[in-house]
Amino acid sequence: MLLINCPWCGPRDEIEFTCGGEAHIARPADPAALSDQEWAEYLFMRKNLKGLHYERWHHSYGCRQWFNAARDTVTHEIHATYKMGETPPVVAGEDGVVKGGNS
Amino acid sequence: MVFRPPPRLGGYPLKRTMQTYSIRSLARNARSFHENWTAAWRSPEPKPAYDVIIVGGGGHGLATAHYLAKNHRIANVAVLEKGWLGGGNTGRNTTVVRSNYLWDESAAFYEKSLQLYETLSQELNYNVMLSQRGLMLLCHSQHELHDAHRRAHAMRLNGIDSEFVSRENVLRMVPFLDGSPTARYPLCGGLLQRRGGVARHDAVAWGFARSADAFGVDIIQNCEVTGIRRDATGKIAGVDTTRGAIDAPKVAIVAAGHTSVLAAMAGIRLPIRSHPLQALVSEPVKPMLNVVVNSTQVHVYVSQSDKGELVMGAALDRFQSYGQRGSLPVIEDQMAAIVRLFPIVSRLKMLRQWAGIVDICPDASPIIGKTPVEGLYINGGWGTGGFKATPASGFCFAHTLAKDQPHPLTAPFNLDRFSGGRLIDETAAAAIAH
Ligand SMILES: Cc1cc2nc3c(=O)[nH]c(=O)nc-3n(C[C@H](O)[C@H](O)[C@H](O)COP(=O)(O)OP(=O)(O)OC[C@H]3O[C@@H](n4cnc5c(N)ncnc54)[C@H](O)[C@@H]3O)c2cc1C
Ligand SMILES: [Zn+2]
Repeated sequence: MLLINCPWCGPRDEIEFTCGGEAHIARPADPAALSDQEWAEYLFMRKNLKGLHYERWHHSYGCRQWFNAARDTVTHEIHATYKMGETPPVVAGEDGVVKGGNS
Repeated sequence: MVFRPPPRLGGYPLKRTMQTYSIRSLARNARSFHENWTAAWRSPEPKPAYDVIIVGGGGHGLATAHYLAKNHRIANVAVLEKGWLGGGNTGRNTTVVRSNYLWDESAAFYEKSLQLYETLSQELNYNVMLSQRGLMLLCHSQHELHDAHRRAHAMRLNGIDSEFVSRENVLRMVPFLDGSPTARYPLCGGLLQRRGGVARHDAVAWGFARSADAFGVDIIQNCEVTGIRRDATGKIAGVDTTRGAIDAPKVAIVAAGHTSVLAAMAGIRLPIRSHPLQALVSEPVKPMLNVVVNSTQVHVYVSQSDKGELVMGAALDRFQSYGQRGSLPVIEDQMAAIVRLFPIVSRLKMLRQWAGIVDICPDASPIIGKTPVEGLYINGGWGTGGFKATPASGFCFAHTLAKDQPHPLTAPFNLDRFSGGRLIDETAAAAIAH
């Protein structure tokens, strides 16, 4: 069971949350100007990283706010949670190597 | 006039050299106390180069190798597996096979697969223990009833066996279901595919492996692909592995949960998310269930193994993960649902629990075919339900690898469908595992 630190409420059980998938995907400013390929890229293509992953979470059975988390998809360790709109924190991985923000 | 025999299309079939399993070979080996059986497949050292490299020694990769050799006479092939054969989802799944899909594309493909399953033991000379005991989908609401009728009709129009079963008959076939008026999940009826059932997962992997090996394919275990090499023009040149570099003009990614990781090695992005999917097995009990029962509504399905264990699958874990273990909340939901459906199991103990990493596409349909990189092919996105697809996936994918063009049955499942808007939405048929 994960203990997730909601930036508004504090640590809560995993069952109170819904995971919203990859974070920091900006909606294109002018969708009509995009090619089908580019639109599909935005809608469907995902990094699906093995390791550090920046992702959105929703405190569905709590404050009902969205926020972001930097979580490892192998160990499930949550390195940080942060509010929407904040810059993603830089996280040092297990190997001690600092991995970039929006990796 | 001189008589010439008509030319044989595609040349003569390749020879398959293996020790055939039969009642006679069993008797013969009994006389030598079963000490002289030959290994089912070799463990060769990798060669420096092959015509085709298949990354992933699960059922799909091994089936592809078998059909490449058998149907297309291409046997200079290596199957590279980072762990052991079938140690991925093939050996972790709950073995349900069926073809009860809604859309024409899926129906045609999965029906082909079920038909191949029906003769697979003979084809491979290996008992895959196919048991067509029937698959019952439960309906708990009016909506589900309507949907079941629609699916039954769609399937019948596609020539696939499908029956709508009344509430009374569901209870006759599955007597331990809670059919009382106060049942937590009211029972309204069921959708039955009699030809659906289960098969032995390991046997499918091992049977394909043994046959591919007998055709001359090299199956190399404990060999992880760590990079995909391309030449100056961008074409595929080979792979880097933990056992050295291996050259090949064609590389096929058949790595299930790790499809995105491998595709990224060639710079390709995919619409796939990897999630854990769990299953549980109970202690063995006397025969109590002779069909596979599935409730999409409450996210649980169950069958009884030959040993008497109840084999139970559940919904996907909620977050992306490559850690091959499931999370507790999903198990709790699953157990709550199964006890509500079958009150009789409430005191059963669970023996084992495990998870596999499944690769999910937005439309819950697979991606199988060519990629923008010349010489690179992908077979993935099978998500929660690719065991039933194993033979047809190998059959069609081998065609694609040999001829460099899609097989008609898998052409709709290309990567371009995401930009072309031609998604094949099977979330109703595949949203839950099996
Ligand atoms: C719990 C569970 C229940 C399921 N139940 C059903 C069911 O009832 N019916 C059904 O039809 N389907 C079911 N499925 C889905 C089914 O198991 C899969 O879709 C199917 O087995 C996929 O087969 P595969 O050969 O593509 O993948 P796998 O068997 O996972 O094979 C892929 C292989 O690639 C290897 N690999 C990965 N990366 C590398 C690398 N870099 N180098 C070398 N090798 C690599 C892996 O080790 C693995 O062995 C279930 C899955 C799970 C997890
Ligand atoms: Zn909160």
